[in-house]
Amino acid sequence: MSETKVIDARDTFCPGPLMELISHIKHVAVGDVIELLSTDQGSAADIPEWVKKVGHEIVGSEQVGNVWHIKVRKAK
Amino acid sequence: MRILVVGGGTAGTITANNLSRRLTGEIRAGKVRITMLSASDRHMYQPGLLYVAFGQMTPDQLYRDQASLLEPTIEFHVDPVKQFQLDKNKVVTESGKTHEYDILVIATGSRMVPEETPGMTEGAEFFYTEASAVKMYKKLREFKGGRVMVAVGVPHKCPIAPVEVMFALDDFFKARGIRDKVQLKYHYPIGRLHTIENVAKWAKPEFERIGVDTETLFNIKEIDAKNKIMKSEEGTEVEYDLLIVVPAHRGMEVIERDKLGSGGWIPTDRYSLKMNGHDNVYVVGDTTNLPVSKTGSAAHFQAEAICENIASIIKIGEPVRDYDGKVYCFIEAGHEKATYAMFNYLNPPDLKPPSKPMHWFKISYNHMYWTSVRGLL
Repeated sequence: MSETKVIDARDTFCPGPLMELISHIKHVAVGDVIELLSTDQGSAADIPEWVKKVGHEIVGSEQVGNVWHIKVRKAK
Repeated sequence: MRILVVGGGTAGTITANNLSRRLTGEIRAGKVRITMLSASDRHMYQPGLLYVAFGQMTPDQLYRDQASLLEPTIEFHVDPVKQFQLDKNKVVTESGKTHEYDILVIATGSRMVPEETPGMTEGAEFFYTEASAVKMYKKLREFKGGRVMVAVGVPHKCPIAPVEVMFALDDFFKARGIRDKVQLKYHYPIGRLHTIENVAKWAKPEFERIGVDTETLFNIKEIDAKNKIMKSEEGTEVEYDLLIVVPAHRGMEVIERDKLGSGGWIPTDRYSLKMNGHDNVYVVGDTTNLPVSKTGSAAHFQAEAICENIASIIKIGEPVRDYDGKVYCFIEAGHEKATYAMFNYLNPPDLKPPSKPMHWFKISYNHMYWTSVRGLL
């Protein structure tokens, strides 16, 4: 059974949303989903770019107010 | 009121000293007792390790006796925690002693884990411990020329260090007269040169100016130490003659063993700095899971917020302020110049051009730290 873990990376300049994702994805199982919350407007572009390059999977991306909710499934 | 501080690094020491001063009257009256448990009888100034790696400080300059840094009212034991029993408000130490508390401050810090990346221990140099910093300096000193690759694991403490290393390498090889024989290349995990956008914007032309090549979206997967090849999660490879890495970090083992937090990072409220679900447990410094830099300065500002609140809760029954995410990082920029990045949750840093006075301020701070950690600065 896969799980969804929420990472609250809102209002952070360092280490930043993508760094938070890279850090946390190490500690979840293959198949699990991380939902990253980000107020960084660049996240909608740079997170999918990294996810695609490494081979994980974007399973959702939406903006609610000023917060991006980006869901990433660990694929390997 | 029994206050127990677990950890004698920057965060724990500032917390204990600051609390001791704020609660002097209560301690004298026997109403408050502060106890610190630490893994070591010595205290290291960790930012000095970068200077050791470049032969600018020697290891003995980094240490003070921990007891000498603490207010006399603090009860200090070199006896690290073996088990946290948060449901019973007590901890058990390695020596088998039990310490009960009314308020617990967890400041156990972080540790590099190069052994978790295949080949890193054998194939790379790093500077996050005394031994590795000395070893790195010896490797740099004997280096005659070739490809020096720098790469960064995630997460890591001191996020500015990778940038500073590049300027230090440029200075070091210039001083030895072999800069023209050395290729410097910087690899970074995300799609720009630093996670802080303004630092990335500043570093780009600076790296171009000093001749540093760059590759972004590069996360270290493994290192082939025999053939001197570093491979990334993104599928690229680079050959090297000397590899310098900032290894990935974890929190301390006891945190993971007692299931206080994944990766050794404890889930913490970003404003109150209380452990989620525990009203009498505070977390400070690297140990938190907060999206905040793992640096001494963050630990310092967090400790001040925690101490104000614990003291005010004891005195008036209410906390008085939130931690605002404040961090202040010096950035050594080579040629005896430096700048700084100061930011919080809502305001990004605005970098100023590097200057010699800021460099000398940083050099001064290397000594002023001992005043700071005593809670005086």
